[in-house]
Parts: sequence; structure tokens; C-alpha cells
Amino acid sequence: MTEITKEQIKHVAHLARLTFTEEEVEAFAKDLGDIIGFAEQLNELDTEGIEETTHVLDITNVLRDDVVRDSLDREEALKNAPAQQNGQVKVPKVIGD
Amino acid sequence: MALFDESYKALQDRLHKKDLSVTELVNEAYENIKKTDGSVHAFLTLNEEAARQQAQALDAERGHSQATLFGLPIGIKDNIVTKGLKTTAASQLLANFEPLHHATVVERIQAQQGIVIGKLNMDEFAMGSSNENSSFYTTRNPWDLERVPGGSSGGSAAAVAAGMVPFSLGSDTGGSIRQPAAFCGVVGMKPTYGRVSRFGLIAFASSLDQIGPLTTTVENNAHLLQAISGVDAYDSTSADVAVPDFTKALTGEVKGLRIAVPKEYLGEGVSAGVKAAVKKAIAQLEALGASVEEVSLPHSKYAVATYYLLASSEASANLARFDGVRYGVRKEADNLIDMYKKTRSEGFGDEVKRRIMLGTFALSSGYYDAYYKKAQKVRTLIKRDFEKVFENFDVVIGPTTPTTAFKIGEKIDDPLTMYANDILTIPVNLAGVPAISVPCGLAEGLPVGLQIIGKPFDEATVYRTAHAYEQAANLKLAPSLEGVNA
Amino acid sequence: MNFETIIGLEVHVELKTNSKIFCGCSTEFGAPPNTHTCPICLGHPGVLPVLNEQAVDFAMRAAMALNCEIATDTKFDRKNYFYPDNPKAYQISQFDKPIGEHGYIEIEVEGKKKRIGITRLHLEEDAGKLTHTEGGSLVDFNRVGTPLIEIVSEPDIRTPEEAYAYLEKLKAIMQYTGVSDCKMEEGSLRCDANLSLRPYGQEAFGTKTELKNLNSFSYVQKGLEFEQARQERVLISGGVIEQETRRFDEATKETILMRVKEGSDDYRYFPEPDLVKLHIDEAWKEKVRAEIPELPDARKERYVNEFGLPAYDAAVLTQTKSMADFFENTIQAGADPKQASNWLMGEVSAYLNNENKEIEDVPLTSASLAKMIELIEKGTLSSKMAKKVFRELITKGGDPEKIVKDKGLVQISDEGALKDIIIPLLDANEQSIIDYKNGKDRALGFLVGQVMKLTKGQANPPMVNKIILEEMAKR
Repeated sequence: MTEITKEQIKHVAHLARLTFTEEEVEAFAKDLGDIIGFAEQLNELDTEGIEETTHVLDITNVLRDDVVRDSLDREEALKNAPAQQNGQVKVPKVIGD
Repeated sequence: MALFDESYKALQDRLHKKDLSVTELVNEAYENIKKTDGSVHAFLTLNEEAARQQAQALDAERGHSQATLFGLPIGIKDNIVTKGLKTTAASQLLANFEPLHHATVVERIQAQQGIVIGKLNMDEFAMGSSNENSSFYTTRNPWDLERVPGGSSGGSAAAVAAGMVPFSLGSDTGGSIRQPAAFCGVVGMKPTYGRVSRFGLIAFASSLDQIGPLTTTVENNAHLLQAISGVDAYDSTSADVAVPDFTKALTGEVKGLRIAVPKEYLGEGVSAGVKAAVKKAIAQLEALGASVEEVSLPHSKYAVATYYLLASSEASANLARFDGVRYGVRKEADNLIDMYKKTRSEGFGDEVKRRIMLGTFALSSGYYDAYYKKAQKVRTLIKRDFEKVFENFDVVIGPTTPTTAFKIGEKIDDPLTMYANDILTIPVNLAGVPAISVPCGLAEGLPVGLQIIGKPFDEATVYRTAHAYEQAANLKLAPSLEGVNA
Repeated sequence: MNFETIIGLEVHVELKTNSKIFCGCSTEFGAPPNTHTCPICLGHPGVLPVLNEQAVDFAMRAAMALNCEIATDTKFDRKNYFYPDNPKAYQISQFDKPIGEHGYIEIEVEGKKKRIGITRLHLEEDAGKLTHTEGGSLVDFNRVGTPLIEIVSEPDIRTPEEAYAYLEKLKAIMQYTGVSDCKMEEGSLRCDANLSLRPYGQEAFGTKTELKNLNSFSYVQKGLEFEQARQERVLISGGVIEQETRRFDEATKETILMRVKEGSDDYRYFPEPDLVKLHIDEAWKEKVRAEIPELPDARKERYVNEFGLPAYDAAVLTQTKSMADFFENTIQAGADPKQASNWLMGEVSAYLNNENKEIEDVPLTSASLAKMIELIEKGTLSSKMAKKVFRELITKGGDPEKIVKDKGLVQISDEGALKDIIIPLLDANEQSIIDYKNGKDRALGFLVGQVMKLTKGQANPPMVNKIILEEMAKR
């Protein structure tokens, strides 16, 4: 099946903000390799000139009027926040990327 | 006759004649839950206090309310948000999440005076076909507690099958309503994409997700779909298409109905028991005056791969918001990036992570064209297969699943085998068409589902066919609930 | 070695809609943190976006004003990246089908006109605001979902001055079309710049560095100047330019390394499944085109032709829409165009520059300026007194006539009244008359000065002059 390297898994995991142990990385490399290998059967099909389906419905131009609606009370808006300070959501300090 | 076995019409008549109270109906639901859910594990959260209060208030309106779901107990899949009522999508990451608003479907149920009984278990973020991916507990199949109820709407199907509620809502991205409906012997409808608002449905794959009803009967199903259907200003992808009166289609009449049976749907991989039950059901419809012809949906075999690429890609973005910043269970760390990674790695289960990884990979630079874009093109081919068949036929019929409910643990370690279980339901989502699963007998003591697929926005014909079959077959399947206890 | 500088600018402009691009929350600036939010802009589970039509109209209007071709079929895409100010962890933006493409604007530097190409203009949602503190960062989500257009220039800009001129022109166009306030201090206009050098004659671009934290147009220019010199030094000394992001430090006026870019960012763009496609037909385009008001270049030309203003003055007056509107309103109110222009270019601009304010920030109105000009022309106000009145008008506002009255600033132009002062004065200063008649011109100046002193500066000087001469001739 398709070879997916551990480095690729680690790169993709970083993009997805996930972290794995070495064993998990290995397992994922195999799992993803299998799934991607399975997906490669799509290459049997000639799709030259076939348009892509992003939406099954042929709807266009769904728009709303520029009207202001009530916002949430701040207390309500932050109700589910794990940490807050001065009416703002608090996160650990940002370093690097 | 058990209260929840009575027809929609009978229940409404009795309520309005004051021969039955809403309070009694709600009591029945909670009593049945107390009796059976200790072994079935269909519910994650109950809405008991609010439901009882609502029931009391509604009792005063008996005899004059015009609401179409008046007093009916309804269970809601836990990926549909309910204001102030914990909504977790069966994920540890959302174990403490209290939505600030109702999903549109919940608003509509409340507008029709239906009663939300509680939130139903599912595979985490609707990813799975067995309910084993719930991060709280696995729902059991009421027909055999050693078996899965199917997924991802396993709780929704099991709760109806076990008589805890006569109505529930599920969501279907690749078969998540129909497959558990088939496994649990209930009626499950995935409406046309765009028929029901997705606003408030925690997105798995936005271009495939659709909310739909699971019920004991086709008639009940039509009533619930009626209440939740129609364009919604909060969902740009909900279609501004007239909603016909579905119950008017329940005539029992299928003379002249043109049925297509795709040869791919009864090929190898479909168990003998399932084949037999489905063929018998088709014969029954033929006996009622429908014509039956074999057709081909040649791209069916590519549906699973297409689906996993597209659904996972969309999911990788849809699930990115679960980052521990604004809600959910944050795992603290001394810098942002570690907080993100810890929160997500510890909060998501294995299958969710697998799909996020697959989707992230398929969208990443250098692979997009080969995987994501390719899959979107194949999706077009699969959709065209259906369009072609529907030029000459009214419905497409086959089994809902290749097998009956499998055992817990049987497939959990092999994702590809698990994914293959959805081969008959996935093409429907890719094409965006409506499909129902209606019980069509037992195979080795377990329910088999008959899948009836319709043209876009022609749920009426799907219901007509399902109802005619249901009335003619008169199976009245129900699990014995032996060994089921609190 | 001689290097050619290549500059590209990426400008983000917030659109002046009432509500956000995908939900009904207000876009008003300056509200307390997290009071303009809802489950949709907070990216709560299950929410969906619905596109604000006005945002599309504004984006189209802006694109048209920048001479872009407008897409007939366009769509939105998800741009995936994690950051606390980006609630969904994807930004809804436009990837391969921007609403506008292939535009240009004309700039003028040192009298030379030049066309700068616009690669693309697309519509997207703004992010929230992050404040870094000792113990962590704080997020305010009010700004999340404010409609934003991103305008990317072609690498046509060759000097920091051209970059400045481009930005001034772009801002003017945005303001004229009414799509944005373009207030850099409020973040409704933001600019990132990139710069690279290449030896003259070489076709391939050199490695570019990106500049961030450019909080004014002059900082953009200064940052680019610094960066241009820095890169030149590096190259001349045989060094290599790294692909990196640098921050402009306002205190030292230097650019400081923020981070080195490793490869390109992987945003995993894909079509937004929650929004349907946009089809912009001719009728829609025409409707928006009809809404575009007269743009700065056209106005400038009109001021030259219609009012006979010098090209330079017309250019200055049309630099911002508010100034041009003020000018036209002053004329509407009856002022002579040249006088109005003189005041606006002179005293008004000097005051605004000094106070670092815009014309809309001061109490002076076009009606009061026109009135003041009228009083000067009628001779009621001397130009000296006018300056006092002007000071009052621009700091406190009010009616010029009332100010003149209250302050007792009315010019004495009444011949009889002036004679009543001048005749006794001449009687008392016979020596001055003799001096004047003997050719000492200074004596006249002395007499005029005495009259001005006696009238506390209110006498009309030309009239005083005239009467003194007449009266002396009689003696």
C-alpha cells in the first residue's frame, strides 16, 4: 500500500495541532497509508473534463440584508470559556508559530 | 398495546379528547428509559425537569392546540445543539459545553410543541458506524446487547427500538441515520441535502450532513420530517423548495411505481440473509403493482473512497474550532501551541483523530489535486449515476447495509472494514438524494433494513413506497428486550 | 553594484457595513471587548455563515473603482490556520476566484504619472484582536467577521515614495467610493509590504522580505527605506537575503527580524461548503457601477477646468474625500472657489497638520468658512481680524458674524466715523504732515498706525490710508 512516512505524519499532525507518541505515529503511518492506498483506486477513473461537485444543489446568491441584530451579553458569550480576564478570553502565551 | 406503539393519529386524538395527558406520555418516556437504558445506554443527557414542566403546561392546551407535534416525546442526537442543555457530540472535549442557542430543528420542534426528552448517544462527532466511538459509552443494540446499534446515530435508533421514545432526530453524513435504523429495526429517513436546516448541527462534513427523523413507523417519520423541513435564513445551503404534505403520500398505493434495483447493491459482500429479506420486500412491492427492473450505478464501488476523502477533508476544518479557546475542556499548558495540541490530542478519540489526519493530509499542499479534487470529480460521476437512473425510475431500492448488526469489538480495529459497511448508504449522501431505511424482516433474529432512495426533494414518493410496503408486510418488529434492565 | 527595488503591497481595508459579513453583530468600532459577538462569529459548534449582500456590493464597488475586472462566478474558500483570534480556525476568504482582478491605479510622483497594477481584490472576514500580557494573551472577538477586502498590488512599485503615493491614492479611492473610513489608527486600513532587490537588467526577482507593524503611510515609507538600504548593504557585502518577516520599530525607525519563513505556509484552502456560489450577472454589476461616485482624478480635473484652480491645488484638495467635499460645500455656500481653496490649502491645512486632525474632526463647517470669506470680501473683516475669527471657528465653531460682534471685531469702514478719528489726529500731529509733504513716507505709516491703535485694529487700513491722504492734501 501507499508509503506514508513518519515525518509526513508528524508534519500533518502539526498542521492539525495534534501530537502523537512514536508508536501512534507508526500506527498512523500504516493506517493512513492503507486508507490512501485504498483511495488510489479513484485513479482508475478518467475524470478529465469532469467538473467538481462542491455543492450537490445548484443554488447561488443566498444573501442577507445588512441589518444589525442583538449581540450576546458578554457574560453569556464568555460563559463556556475555560479562562477569562477583563471580559476577554484568556489563552496561554503565544510563542513562535 | 404499548403507548408508544400507537399511531400518531391515535395519540393526537387521545390527547385532544383528554383521554391521555402529555404528562403521561412524558412519564412513559422517562419510565421506559429508567427500565431499559441501564443496559442500552442510548441517552447521554436527560431533559427531565424541563420536559415535565413543558408537559404540564401543554396539558392545559389539550383540545385546542393546532401544533403538529403536540406533546410528543422526542429524543435528539447529541450533535444537535440545545440551548442550556449540555451538547457534547459524544466527545470528552465538549463534556461541559452548554449551547447558547437552539438548532433550527429544535426551534421547529418546540414551535410544534414537541417535547425534548434528552440527548442521544452517538459516535464522537458522528464519526463511526457502530457507536463504539462515543467517548462516554457504547450504546447497545436492543435486539442483542452484545451487538452494536449501528452509527453514528446509534442512540437515536436504539432509543426508538427499545421504546424509550417514539421519535428521535439523527444526522446522516454517510448512512448515520439509515444504518442504525436498519440495525435496530426502526424507520430512518435521510432527507434531500438542503431539505432540513443544518443550523445547529455540529458539522462533520458540511456538504454531506443532513438531519432526519428516526421513528417506529413511516407515518410518524413523515410527521416529524414535516415539522423540521423547509428553508432557513440561517443556513445558506437549505433549499427554498416547497415542502409538500408528506402524509398525503401515505396512500398505500404503488401501482405503476417504477422501481430500479441496482445490481451493485445486491452483489457480493451482501449477506444471504439480507439479500433474501430485501428480495422478498421487493417482490411484495411488485405484487402491489410496482414494476421492478435491474439497473446499474457503475460508480458505486468508488463511493467509499470518495466519501472518506471528502468527508475527512471537510471534517479536518470543521473540527479545528475545538481548540480549547472559547469553550470545551481545555488542557492547560504553558504556551499556546502546547495547549492546542494537548487539548485536541487528549480530547478527541482515535477515530476522530484518524479522520482529521486523513483530511488534513488530503488537503495539504501537493496532495490536494490528487485526492480532494479527484474525489470531488468522482462525486460528480456518482451523482450522474443517480440522475441517469432517475430519468426512467421513481425510486431505487436495495438493502441499507450489507449485513445485520455486528458484534461489539468485531470491526473496531480495522478502519477499512468498518468503512466498507457504509458502501450502500454513502452514494446517497454523495448524490444528495433522499433515502429511507424501513425494516423488512429479520435475518438470524436481527433486523434487516430496506433502503428506498428517491429523486431530489421527492421524499413524498419515498414515503409512499415505504408506507405501502410497511402496511402490506405488517411486520411489527420489536425486540423482546430480554435481559434488558436498568 | 546597482540594484533595482521591487515593492509589493498588500492592503486590508475594512468595509463600512452596519453588520458583520456572516452574522448580524454590529461592526461599530470601539465597543467594550466581546460585546459585539454571537455564536456565529464566536465559531460555536453548529453555526453557519450567511453572506451580507452589502459587503459584496462594497467589495465590487471598490474593485470597480480600482479598474478591476469583476468575476461573474465566484465563491468563498476556507483558509485553515490556528490562532486564538481566528475562532473557527479557518478564515472564510477567497482563494482562486477573487471578486476582482487585473486592476490598476494611477499615481503621481515628482510630477510623473505611473500606473500600478492591482493583481487581485478579494473579500474575506476579519480576525479578532489579541492583546499580549505577562500571564498570557487576551482575546477580544468584536472585530471577528468585520468584512474585509484584501488588495494585492503587482510588483510594479519601485521606490518607497511610490509606495507612499500608491497608499495615499488607494485610501482616497476607498474613501471616495464610501466603502471604508480607512482609519489606520482604528485598523480599518492595514498594510503589509514586501521588498526585494535585483541587479539592474536581471529579470528574476530577488528574495523578498515582508514588513509588518506598519501603522502609518509614512512608517511604510520609512520601513521600506530602511529595508532597501539594509538589503543593499547585505548584498554588497556578499551576503544573502533570507526570506523573512520583519517588524518596523517606530522608535528606532528600523526593521527587526520577527521570523524566518520556512517554505510557504500550508493553508489547505478548499471551497467553503457552508456558502453557496455567487453569480454576479451584468445587471448586478451595473447596479453597483451606478453607485460609484466621482473619483479623485476626475474631481481634480474638474476643479482645474471648472474653478480654474492650479493643478497642484486641485490635487491637494482632492487627496481626501472629506476635504474635497468640504471645498465643494464651501463653494455651494457662496464662497469664491479661489478664496475657499486658499483658506483650505493655507490656514486650514496648517492647523490640521499641526493638530494631526482631519477636516471632519474640527468644528469648522463649510458654511461658516464661506460666511467668513464673504465678510472679508465685503470688507467687514480685515485679513488680520479674519485670522482671529478663523481661530475661533476651527477650535470652537460658531457663526462668524456673531463672533465678529461678540469680540467687537467689526472693521470700521464708515468714512464719517474714520474722519472723526483722523481729523483730530492730524490736528495734533502737524509735524507729521510737514514731514510727509517733505517726502518722508514714513510719516504716513506713523499716522495710519496711530489710527489703528486708536481703533484697536478695527479700522479698514486701505480706507484709513485714503482718508489721511485726502485730508492732508486739504491742508
